[in-house]
Amino acid sequence: MSETKSILGSSPLRKEGRPKVLGAAQYIDDLTLPGMWHGATVRSTIARGTIRSITFAPHINWSEYAIVRASDIPGENAIVHLPKDHPCLAAREINHVAEPILLLAHPEKSALLAAKAAIHIDYDELPGIFNIEASEAAVAAFINDPNDTDNIIWPGSSEGGTPNCFKNYQMYTGEAAPTESALVEAFEAADFIVEGEYTTGAQEQLYIEPNGVIAECDLDPVTGHVRGVTVRGSMQCPYYLVHALTLVFNLPEEKCRVIQVETGGAFGGKEDFPSVIGSHAALLAMKSGHPVKIIYDRGEDMAATTKRHPSRTRLRTAVSRDGKLLGGTIDVAIDGGAYATLSPVVLSRATIHAPGPYKWPHLRVRSKAMATNIPPHGAFRGFGAPQSLFALERHMDKIAYTIGFTPEEFRRRNFLSTGDHTATGQPLVEPVDMHHLLTRALADSGYHAKRAAFAESNQHSRIKRGVGFAAFMHGTGFTGSGERRLNSLVHLDILADGRPQVLVSSTEFGQGTNTILCQVAAEALHLPYDDILIHEVDTAAVPNSGPTVASRTAMIVGKLVERAANEVLATLRTQAALPTPHTREQFIAAAQRHHAQQGFLRASVRYEPPAKIFWDDDLYRGDAYPGYAWAVYVAEVAVDLNTYQVQVTRFDALQEVGRVLHPILAKGQIEGGIAQGIGYALYEKCVYKDGHLMNNQMTNYIMPTSADLPDIHVTFEEVPSLHGPGGAKGIGELPMDGPAPAILNAIENATGIGFNSIPLLPEDVYERLTSLTARPHGGAEDLNPVVDQATRTESPEVNA
Amino acid sequence: MTTIKLTINNTPATLSVSPIKRLLDVLRDDLHLTGTKEGCGEGECGACAILMNGELVNSCLIPALQADNATLTTIEGLANATHLHPIQQCFLEQGGAQCGICTPGMILATHHLLAQYPNPTDAQIREGLAGNLCRCTGYMRIFESVRQAAAKSLLPNH
Ligand code: FES
Ligand code: FES
Repeated sequence: MSETKSILGSSPLRKEGRPKVLGAAQYIDDLTLPGMWHGATVRSTIARGTIRSITFAPHINWSEYAIVRASDIPGENAIVHLPKDHPCLAAREINHVAEPILLLAHPEKSALLAAKAAIHIDYDELPGIFNIEASEAAVAAFINDPNDTDNIIWPGSSEGGTPNCFKNYQMYTGEAAPTESALVEAFEAADFIVEGEYTTGAQEQLYIEPNGVIAECDLDPVTGHVRGVTVRGSMQCPYYLVHALTLVFNLPEEKCRVIQVETGGAFGGKEDFPSVIGSHAALLAMKSGHPVKIIYDRGEDMAATTKRHPSRTRLRTAVSRDGKLLGGTIDVAIDGGAYATLSPVVLSRATIHAPGPYKWPHLRVRSKAMATNIPPHGAFRGFGAPQSLFALERHMDKIAYTIGFTPEEFRRRNFLSTGDHTATGQPLVEPVDMHHLLTRALADSGYHAKRAAFAESNQHSRIKRGVGFAAFMHGTGFTGSGERRLNSLVHLDILADGRPQVLVSSTEFGQGTNTILCQVAAEALHLPYDDILIHEVDTAAVPNSGPTVASRTAMIVGKLVERAANEVLATLRTQAALPTPHTREQFIAAAQRHHAQQGFLRASVRYEPPAKIFWDDDLYRGDAYPGYAWAVYVAEVAVDLNTYQVQVTRFDALQEVGRVLHPILAKGQIEGGIAQGIGYALYEKCVYKDGHLMNNQMTNYIMPTSADLPDIHVTFEEVPSLHGPGGAKGIGELPMDGPAPAILNAIENATGIGFNSIPLLPEDVYERLTSLTARPHGGAEDLNPVVDQATRTESPEVNA
Repeated sequence: MTTIKLTINNTPATLSVSPIKRLLDVLRDDLHLTGTKEGCGEGECGACAILMNGELVNSCLIPALQADNATLTTIEGLANATHLHPIQQCFLEQGGAQCGICTPGMILATHHLLAQYPNPTDAQIREGLAGNLCRCTGYMRIFESVRQAAAKSLLPNH
């Protein structure tokens, strides 16, 4: 088999594809355990306050129900995150709408609804904080008067964080003090200073399968104590849930078993949330003595679970007449919701991606995650980067127009390239060619010809057409020292029949984990893809290969699988006379020989940080990621001035993601991400009122359908990376970063108006256009003035 | 409780169920056909789509009584013992299924579409699948799956 053509780079059938197309794949709601009960969650109806009383209406026979309150928790009443600020069940204080207070279980699912309605909770309500600005105002008031804590909704923590602020970072291109004085000089020397403010909204992951789990509890028959718990469910990161259970039940890790079942989409929305629903179901299993299933319906899932962090980013940039960035300050604020959860980590990625693929001689990025009385925001594909890259790539167009350059030429004068240092001081050792990506993306999409043609046709049409692009990158793997801390482990077993089996905690939820990791193993072992097995993700059997997040699976875990495969080969060559090269038959024979003589063969491989990669958490400098994927996306839009609808009419996505391991899966990943990005830009709006999500249904939270999306053209440049298996880098999150700025840049090209907030719905377009035409000098609003240093005159937004 | 009779995937069945029970629950709980999924429970996502008397319907919106005497096809009714249905095969080969939760409904919507338009235009494909949400694929691989399935079934001997 050693002479067969490469398995990496081909598109074998998805490992678990057959049961999926047959409808035979078993998702959590398809499973029933003997004696299983059903669980439900009683949630707060206010955003902030304290519980005064809970009453159970007498018409229900409560003895039929298992009821869990905070006081029933055998361990700590906290979800696992570091500051331990996030209760598993609210005991007294309420910090957001839909906060869990009580849990109910009953043998009949249909008996839960009436019971929930028969529980009445009284509160002493306090005014809530619902956005970044209100949270900042509370901090300002508190600084002014330390007794004014009325609106301090989060106290700070010894794990980092100050009142109302979960985390803040400052990142400088060099050391702080010299950079500050260099920034002053840069702004003094600038020909233009361009400022802008950009905002993004919350976004729901909207996996089509809602969150759900089934928990079992092993109770000591004599004492009634919990001896162990097992949770099955739809999730990304089984070991996160293991750790959550150890805390809530005060059990050692080996007594908390988690099994991931087929998962119907996740996108970050099943990264940390299963720690909550999984703990809840396990508590009900403890209380009832039965397995308990909790499946959220759509309304509950949308109201109570995490979303993408809303953000506000302010840029101030010093630019020379010849189109060079001289310096800049970027201030990013994200709305973290009521508890810290993953906000510090999301903020970190937002911070590091804020400078984009550009050279900044002097730059300061400050960022903060603010507390609000909204359900905690969490992981969603892109993880902070879409927010700060939206701001940056809109701002780059703004600078270009201000100083009289095309968006293309201005970017070209500032692109990072091979050998340059990123804003964190990371040398770009691997080849980077943004110029080529830009040239090719603009050519493939017909950008220049369209720009000219639309300028012409727009003059006599109520349908304004335009093209725009965004240039960006996305770091693969955990940020900074994250991969060192994760210390991931994989096993590769050789079974008695000679077949290899991959054991990882990396989960499949549609992206193709199973397929890619089996391809990597097959390639390294010189075996057919179909010979490779992958073990069910059951923490009783698989090692912790880290969470399935951060575009890390193909590159980081894939590399470990590749190394494990090489170890297996080396062992079989030295101990079982496997020849070099070998055929499939020779491999099986050697494996069986080894099995007979020495027993079970397992290669265990742990992450080893690349020698030259180093990150300093205190200075926030160094090699932020082992690798970056680079991209240029081009959007073409039509803005209908009769309906104010914006339609994306074509989308071109060119990316350099290292070696493409599976072209069909890779395209599918990119296309899916772009569809979510188009939704983020133009369709998907979370409407909150007093902290309640008002549109927690698919009828009024609108994601793109097949009729809404344009043709999406996905292409790759393949530049093999040093770090991933076969030269691969991560691709999962990259496509989320580019669509929104590319689309809004295209809208500016079409209409001459720069929109700087997403989601941009028809009513927003309408409002802006009508307010503009109502002014005496249409377009003369000065939301974001630019200053020409030569004349010192302020001018309004300048458009192409 | 009412007694309803129906034909499910070519097999007759008689059931005693509440007349207002959702057909989706009848399929999943009473008939143990869990290939039909629930994504929203309000007729928006198409994860629960099945064929009822040849029409594509969202089973979460149909009371059991309405299915009395109906002929139903669910995802479990497409393949035979040895072979995937060509539509299933094309979804498998072209990357039309990622997480797979929308896939049963999407495949039945495709079945319905190709029954109407054996050789659909791109616009007909987009329109025909617009009632089925997919959050994973961005639909492009699904369109490709449908095109391939159409091409296959136009071939003689299929
Ligand atoms: S579950 Fe029936 S349409 Fe969504
Ligand atoms: S494949 Fe996941 S929703 Fe369509």
